[in-house]
Amino acid sequence: MTQNKKNIFAKLSGRQIFIPIAALLLLAVFNLILDPSFYKIALSVNSAGDPVLSGYLITILDYGSELAILAIGMTLVTAASGGQDISVGAAIAIGGSVILRVLCGTDSRPEVLKAPIIAAFLVSCVVCMLFGAFNGVLVAGFKIQPMVATLILFTAGRSIAAWINNNELPVISDQSFGYFGGFIPGIPIPTPFFIAVICMIVMALALKFTNLGLYTQAVGINAGSSRLNGLNPAFIKFLAFVILGLCVAVASLIKVSRISSINYSVIAKDIEMDAILAVALGGNSLSGGKFNMAASILGAYVIQFLTTTLYKFNVKSDALSAYKAIVVIALVVLSAPVVREKFSSLWKKMKLHTKEVG
Amino acid sequence: MLVKDKSVLEMRNIYKSFPGVLALQAVDFTLHEGEIHALMGENGAGKSTLIKVLTGVYEKDQGEIFLGKMEKAAVIRSPQDAQNLGISTVYQEITLCPNLSVAENMYIGRGKGLCQNWKKMNEDADKILKSLDISAGATQQLSSCSLAIQQMVAIARAVDMDCKVLILDEPTSSLDEQEVEKLFGLMRDLKARGVGIVFVTHFLEQVYAVCDKITVLRDGKLVGEYQIKDLPRVQLVAKMLGKELDDVADIKDEVQVYEQDGSIPPVFEAEALQSNAGIKPFDFHIRKGEVNGLTGLLGSGRSECVRAIFGADRVIGGAVKKSGKAIKISKPIDAMKNGIAYLPEDRKADGIVGDLSVRENIILAAQVLKGFFKPFSKAEANKLADEYIKLLEIKTASADTPIKSLSGGNQQKVILARWLLTHPEYLILDEPTRGIDVGTKIEIQKLVIKLASEGMSVTFISSEIDEMLRTCSRLIVMRDRKMVGELSGAGLSQSKIMDTIAGGDKK
Amino acid sequence: MALFNKSSAAQKQLQKKSISDTNLLLSITIIVFFVMYIGAIVFQGSGFLKAQTFFNILNANAALIIASCGLSIVMITGSIDISVGGVTALVSMCCAVYLDYQGGNVFVSLLIALAIGLGYGLVQGLLIAYLDIQPFIVSLAGMFFARGMTTIVHTNPFNVENKAFVALKETRVIIPGLGSVNKIGKYVDAYVEIGVIVALLIVVILFLVLKWTKLGRSFYAVGGNRQSALMLGINVKRTRFLAHLFCGVLAGIGGYVYFLHVGSGAASHASGMEMNAIASAIIGGTLLTGGVGNIIGTLFGVLSLSTIQNIVSSAGLDQAWWTGITIAAMLCLFLVIQSIVMARKNRSS
Repeated sequence: MTQNKKNIFAKLSGRQIFIPIAALLLLAVFNLILDPSFYKIALSVNSAGDPVLSGYLITILDYGSELAILAIGMTLVTAASGGQDISVGAAIAIGGSVILRVLCGTDSRPEVLKAPIIAAFLVSCVVCMLFGAFNGVLVAGFKIQPMVATLILFTAGRSIAAWINNNELPVISDQSFGYFGGFIPGIPIPTPFFIAVICMIVMALALKFTNLGLYTQAVGINAGSSRLNGLNPAFIKFLAFVILGLCVAVASLIKVSRISSINYSVIAKDIEMDAILAVALGGNSLSGGKFNMAASILGAYVIQFLTTTLYKFNVKSDALSAYKAIVVIALVVLSAPVVREKFSSLWKKMKLHTKEVG
Repeated sequence: MLVKDKSVLEMRNIYKSFPGVLALQAVDFTLHEGEIHALMGENGAGKSTLIKVLTGVYEKDQGEIFLGKMEKAAVIRSPQDAQNLGISTVYQEITLCPNLSVAENMYIGRGKGLCQNWKKMNEDADKILKSLDISAGATQQLSSCSLAIQQMVAIARAVDMDCKVLILDEPTSSLDEQEVEKLFGLMRDLKARGVGIVFVTHFLEQVYAVCDKITVLRDGKLVGEYQIKDLPRVQLVAKMLGKELDDVADIKDEVQVYEQDGSIPPVFEAEALQSNAGIKPFDFHIRKGEVNGLTGLLGSGRSECVRAIFGADRVIGGAVKKSGKAIKISKPIDAMKNGIAYLPEDRKADGIVGDLSVRENIILAAQVLKGFFKPFSKAEANKLADEYIKLLEIKTASADTPIKSLSGGNQQKVILARWLLTHPEYLILDEPTRGIDVGTKIEIQKLVIKLASEGMSVTFISSEIDEMLRTCSRLIVMRDRKMVGELSGAGLSQSKIMDTIAGGDKK
Repeated sequence: MALFNKSSAAQKQLQKKSISDTNLLLSITIIVFFVMYIGAIVFQGSGFLKAQTFFNILNANAALIIASCGLSIVMITGSIDISVGGVTALVSMCCAVYLDYQGGNVFVSLLIALAIGLGYGLVQGLLIAYLDIQPFIVSLAGMFFARGMTTIVHTNPFNVENKAFVALKETRVIIPGLGSVNKIGKYVDAYVEIGVIVALLIVVILFLVLKWTKLGRSFYAVGGNRQSALMLGINVKRTRFLAHLFCGVLAGIGGYVYFLHVGSGAASHASGMEMNAIASAIIGGTLLTGGVGNIIGTLFGVLSLSTIQNIVSSAGLDQAWWTGITIAAMLCLFLVIQSIVMARKNRSS
């Protein structure tokens, strides 16, 4: 009986998805012990008279979904290129700014939308994918390190976003625009969650019906061998950045819809840190290769869980980054080869010792 | 236990093993003052292990190393120790810093003190460069010097550190003929100064041009130490490949014969094909159902030829045809689409995709050919993988096991399965049986003959001549990066092959 | 890669090209700066002819010069550090709080700045050099940690009122003979702030270290080819560690100079400074891939960057986003040029 239990545990702990699950359980238990009211969910009515759910768990689902969408693209970029894209926050600013520009034109307080929302979204997709392509060319074509290449957009992005709207802060009063970042009337679960689910389904289909997963992993593990099997490593890396661009566009729609406006320096601030953390927490190697998309997505929600927990304990949003930085450092130190070797030799010594004693 | 006069280095009874492999067994090596001594052997012979033991990269299991007139055996545990004892090494890849000047590269990492005295350093460097006739300026940036000069700067550094033993590990692999001559001039100069030089190389001609003695290793054991003048080329080749050259003892293997049909154009043809990997432009052709082979010593350019055919290296000249039609191959996928498959020599770096499973590795090439939007279904992938695992008897815990945890031989079988799955018209196998047990070697050879009889064209590269004799109907011989001969029919005998590989004067 | 059939003519051509990478890129940088400054004079008029305009560029960017020098050293060894902006903000806030809320003295506040910088250098250096963790992730985390801590130390921005400090801040170092007549018709001497003297001193010291000490040369060696440096007997780990240590300490000093210039503590200080520092280093001829770079070039890189900012502001364009875009564009351009230049060099040798 114990043998079976051991095997299940071993099987589970051997799988990559165990890491975010373990982190989730840790946080869940932590909150449970300190303040079980954390888990309260309330059904109430919002200002428009629609039923909405609220509570910390709902917040996690809501904001975690933005991260999950980004994590999808970031996982591919990390897997294929062995580096990370730190420009996603700035790119979201651009995406959001484009949406507002298409919807508002030059009028910063329009009564009526100048174009259908879907059109604005599509234009944003194109623009964000172009910027993704820009990053892709720098990395795949000019062989610049991903983090450094994306540093360029990281700097210039928010300025470009402001320029798109001539530094103005358009405000949309149209009700339906607010649905994407808020609630659809009659549905008490926040819309971002559904959008995230759609993205997950699309990615799942892509991974199932194309060779995206196989090619990306092959290129990330061994670009040389991949080439000798007929693949084009540079193109795969480029593609990963473009896909991340698409994810950025979706996230920007959600972000802008939340406040029906934009704040160029604040929107999506520090979100790149969270996205990278999500991928890392999902057990994916930050130096590329094999990846587990589901684990990354779960990792995104776990990061949000962490953030929300910190908020609950009154940590201010500016200070959040300090705590997350510590988590990142802890994660990378623990996964450093030198540290891993020390641990495994220590583990072996302990096993030997218990064998001798027992 | 005699310490020979004027020997600068004596390695005695060296043993070194790694998990599962006995790399060196009872190997002796002696080097005298002012002697240029070649160290030769095929893959797995133990050359690089011996060098690494001498330079402190590995620690030997058994044996002793004596230097010069030392009574006690030397203790060498790190490259620093070796350097301090007067053993200097110049590696195939330039281990200097390209962004520093020539003089800096000669002096960095040496000497005490906080400050850099540029004037003295440049003057000293100029002196040495002049005395060794190296045409480089002390203040020149190293990357602006040719590779040959860079190589010589590395040697100048070693010499200036007062080395007694200079190890040159494949120094000429990236040099052209003129540069090699310059290097030899420098070596002879050093010889005159009393430095003992260990020259590790694959190039036969160079060994005979500049060396005094040769030590041959094979399978981790010492075959023998010979004076150059006492060892004709053919005998050297025989010793390296492990064949006894004796007319009487010549084993007649079953010779493969191929009936040429001149009316059908060859499956694949190449004219003056040249790649950026440094082989001389070559012509090549192979017909349907034919098995040909490329033979020669390691480093003779066999892999480079087939890589040029497959588009793995950048093709810079020449034309290729498939079944009479001109085609263009500039990258591997072009070759694959034309029905060519290539099993690379270095399976670890170029063959396996380590973290992917056995199944994924098997279906990879076929998958790429099928296209991005047409992945194999799980069922199809499983079926194909299982089929080939059974066919080639691949020993693996399951089809999901990451390929990096399989043994070398089984990894090789997976790569072979991968390419067989693409049902190529022309299959190139580069050292397919390296690191595989004897039984499987025979299986692969039989498989090659079977595939050929079914109409596949195969190019078989191997260092083992009997393998090639059993499968190939035509052998192309390579030496020192160019094609030097083609043998078929009656020419397919061990002795003829070795003559052609050795070349030069037979006596 | 073999070099068969290389003619002697090609060989001669290679030997003729004896200018080193460092000097080549430095020349480009200096030329670019002068072109820009002259352009500024031509297009923006007499304002730029005044010596004080140039000195004001120095005054406003003393901290950036110091931070960029630190970054140059780290980039020469082939590494990177993007925490300098965060460290600057943290230093400013900590010193501000110490001076005004704890009634401290100026000398100790300087020590605090140095301690913070040293701490950063130590920790980051250890993680990067000895645990072999990617420098970008370590310093990214460092940056976020610093920014977060700045808010935790004190939430709201405020000006420092400590008398001794303000006196130090207002000190002007007069440069005789280059003064000009201001709008009211009064002759005003040209001056620089103390921070500028510190920055220039540091430039001189670092120049000497990089050129005349073995440690300095080992920075170049490690950046040029880490494996070779190891084989040549250099202690690579220690060299990389020291590079990050230098950078950290310089970030601390630069942070104090910044603090001296702005006289306040705020979480938004030095926002984007790391980007400017990297851009300055790259424009100054430091290669991102390591092994090439020099302090004088970095100085000119900072000057070029700020000249652009000045041109932008005096042309009346919206400073906030135009400068961001132009700097990023310049950086992008230089990165691409570097990659092309190095690719050509590699192909020919």
